[in-house]
Amino acid sequence: MKSSKPRHPLTKTRLKNQILSVIKNPFNIVVAISLIILFCLIVIPLLQMIASTFTVAKGELRRIPGAKVGEFTLYYWKYLLTGTMSSATLWIPLKHSVIIAFFTVLVSVPLGSVLGWLVARSDIPCKKLLGMLVVIPYMIPSWCKSLSWLAVFRNSTSGSSGFLEGLGLHIPDWLAYGPVAIVLCMSLHYYAFSYIHVQSALRSINSELEEMGEICGATKPQILKSITIPLVLPSVLSAIVMTLSKSIGTYGVAANLGNRIGYFTLATKMKNFINGSPQNVGFAMSIILIALAALIIFANQRIVGVRKSYATIGGKGGRTNPMRLGKARVPLLIFVSLFLIFAMVMPMFVLVMETFQINTGAGYAASNLTLYNWIGTDSELAPYYTSYVGIFHNPEFGKAVWNTIRLTVIASVITAFCGQFLGYITTRGRGKWFGGLTEQLVFIPYLMSGIAFSSMYVAMFSQPRLGGLIPTLYGTFTLIVLTSVVKHFPFASRSGTANMMQIAVELEEAAEINGAGFGKKLSRIVLPLAKNGFISGFMLTFISIAKELDLIIIMMDKRTTTMSYLAFTYSQDGMNQMADAISVCVLLFILVCYIVANRFGADIGKSW
Amino acid sequence: MSRIELKHIDKYYGENHVLKDINLVIEDGDFMTLLGPSGCGKTTTLRVISGLEKPQNGTMTIDGEEIINAADAYFAPPSKRGLNLVFQSYALWPHMTVRENIAFGLKIKKLSKEEINKRIQDALRMMRIEEYIDRYPNELSGGQQQRVAIARAVASNPQLLLLDEPLSNLDARLRVDMRSELQRIHKELGTTIIYVTHDQVEALTMSTKIALFKAGELSQVAPPMELYMNPIDLQAADFIGNPRINFLEGKARREGSKMYVSCELEDYVFDEQDFTNETIPEGEFACVVAIRPEQIHIDTQPGAGRIPVQVYSNQPAGSETLVSLKKGDSHFLSKQIGLAHYKLDQEVYVTVAPEKINVYNAETTRLIKRAR
Repeated sequence: MKSSKPRHPLTKTRLKNQILSVIKNPFNIVVAISLIILFCLIVIPLLQMIASTFTVAKGELRRIPGAKVGEFTLYYWKYLLTGTMSSATLWIPLKHSVIIAFFTVLVSVPLGSVLGWLVARSDIPCKKLLGMLVVIPYMIPSWCKSLSWLAVFRNSTSGSSGFLEGLGLHIPDWLAYGPVAIVLCMSLHYYAFSYIHVQSALRSINSELEEMGEICGATKPQILKSITIPLVLPSVLSAIVMTLSKSIGTYGVAANLGNRIGYFTLATKMKNFINGSPQNVGFAMSIILIALAALIIFANQRIVGVRKSYATIGGKGGRTNPMRLGKARVPLLIFVSLFLIFAMVMPMFVLVMETFQINTGAGYAASNLTLYNWIGTDSELAPYYTSYVGIFHNPEFGKAVWNTIRLTVIASVITAFCGQFLGYITTRGRGKWFGGLTEQLVFIPYLMSGIAFSSMYVAMFSQPRLGGLIPTLYGTFTLIVLTSVVKHFPFASRSGTANMMQIAVELEEAAEINGAGFGKKLSRIVLPLAKNGFISGFMLTFISIAKELDLIIIMMDKRTTTMSYLAFTYSQDGMNQMADAISVCVLLFILVCYIVANRFGADIGKSW
Repeated sequence: MSRIELKHIDKYYGENHVLKDINLVIEDGDFMTLLGPSGCGKTTTLRVISGLEKPQNGTMTIDGEEIINAADAYFAPPSKRGLNLVFQSYALWPHMTVRENIAFGLKIKKLSKEEINKRIQDALRMMRIEEYIDRYPNELSGGQQQRVAIARAVASNPQLLLLDEPLSNLDARLRVDMRSELQRIHKELGTTIIYVTHDQVEALTMSTKIALFKAGELSQVAPPMELYMNPIDLQAADFIGNPRINFLEGKARREGSKMYVSCELEDYVFDEQDFTNETIPEGEFACVVAIRPEQIHIDTQPGAGRIPVQVYSNQPAGSETLVSLKKGDSHFLSKQIGLAHYKLDQEVYVTVAPEKINVYNAETTRLIKRAR
């Protein structure tokens, strides 16, 4: 029954009490501060970047006759959309991005779904082991994959030859570089989205549903077609959306495999503008990227949102009986093995081996093997083939290791803390305006690809803001930390939310009734209970930041170089063995982190 | 020592009006049960009293001291109300032992170490769980957790103890045990207790008073037996009592100090002294005659005042027997103590004492004739 709420006249006492109750409750203050910070770190930079694409910058003074710095202009958008260069700067790269995203979905989604189904539901041999191995390729950063791709397929177009050329095969450019390579590399990474989604959806669906089909006399393909697939369809759709929105803005892979033959995507082209000029054109491209991702996710919510409900059917669980594969068992096992060989074993082998080679593609004869790339000093082989010393003697590498550790530790500690806090606010604010607002604000960085996001921060902090209150941060380590922290907000707060959901509100209310204030409630009840979830959330953020390249690449300079960026630059400069050696170090680092994280019960499926 | 007075309490969730003008007085030492089906507002009332929810309208006082004044937006914090609450889920802190759980609130009150230890011991002894003092909640069974939760609430010496469906997570046997336990606590402590439940047996057996809720409104506040004998309207009558009360449609007409009621079972004449304050319509009007199953006595032989009916079905259950009877188009249920055997369609003879009958106005659904 509904009736209108009573309205009380606003007396002095009432006003006083209302104000007192807001101020006396520290939770309100915390919410207010968090919202202000989120506003400053997410909304304002976004608006700032949009505004800057309409404002004349110093660099363009000569190109726009009669303009003054800071004036309104449509120059940048005209340059991008209708200018003489617009097909080269926007339309062709956009076409490339869309094509790559489309084909990546086409390859990765079926691949991941089939793998997910095999591991979750079938009686494929060695299921447990396969379940573990299948996620390993995902732990490898995508830019690492592009390096191993190059190690295998590189041809003379970009200097030294790769593994296959070394075997005497001629590798054409279209296979070694460009769209085919990019799509395959990305698919071997983003298959994980579909795998994780489909697998967990299947696990949540009671196998009785399928068995009922069997009892009704349906054949296995019929069961798959009319029961299993419709039930997991919503999760497949959201996997498609994730893959689309991620792959459309990916930089590392596209740059590594595309730039060498002049194949640009929107993301790689954008970086050229942001690091060059006119910078504001780059920002405009970034807005286009954000809009694309937002559009995809919005479309998803329209389509999947309605039907999402039955992805969670059967929380009852029960026994899941594996589906017998029969004759298809062996061929499917071979398929999975092939996947593992191509996605994990071979690239890793070639990548590791290349770090020991003098000439890449010259085989593994003892005469071609050396430890120089790792521990060599210039006295030995340097004059013959490289002007650098082995990475363990290379001060640049040492600095990069230090920067990587520094960045990961600082950023992930901050992110994890903020994530728990934001999670607390969203869960305790469920159904209230500030809960929803926090959730939405925190979600915004998710819409942006790494490079678009960081370009926004570059735009924001390349000059002093708030009348000098925030100094120019461009090129500083602080900015890199800040960017990493905010970009990982959606993920960290999601894990924080999940964590806080497990802590029943009654536990806090019981403390409140016993006279505990906000601080005591937090320190004695919430934090001790959140501890485990916090650690696993922290580890996953840690790994995610350690892998990062796209996000921080446009902010890198000599002083702030991280391992991933160093590997990337070495590879671009043709020093493949060094780049590979650094990648191997990064891989080991990440692998160790995953093992530690698993100890704390972190679920790899929750990582990005 | 506490007398709680709620006046004109209104509570909204968004546009949803969940408590409608609640007026309730809880006398000092009462065991007041808030009873009603789920979603009727009883837990919300409890949360308003505890201070976990703020009503949009109304006032509340404890011993004359203002605790809530919605017009002034004044709400005393929960910890300043001298009460404690046992949650339906117990809400024991899983990372603290039984001792720490109980000590938490006492430490906040800055009691001395000796005092805290004494209170913990007393509370645990009272709930007979002294041996579990160093266990963690997940090392205890549901019933033991329940006792810890009550011990935690009791240890703070509350003037007012609030219990939110505390027995709903226990199995049937434990529930019976805990019922007597709670009655004993009420007697030993002498505190006022407000108890929320949807289980009428709990309400009827333990309370000194019951507040019956219906869709966010308070429909009746009465001692348990009064509530059982004279439910204020048809819904209340239907809700209270197991097996359910029998409703027979009838016609009634008032003439002077008498009311003539006829239904398929029998015709009755009632006297003014049993009427309620409800206004009785002029002329003939539709009424509902309500008879508790245990008030229908069955004889196998005809006799004076015995009404012939047919046995429709017969359900002996050991300590009692439920007999479903039929007269004309009316079906009704009789409850007999002990075992009884009737054949289906057998003709039997029933008697009902007129003073045990309730009569309701069919249109307003309100009680117009009380039972004695």
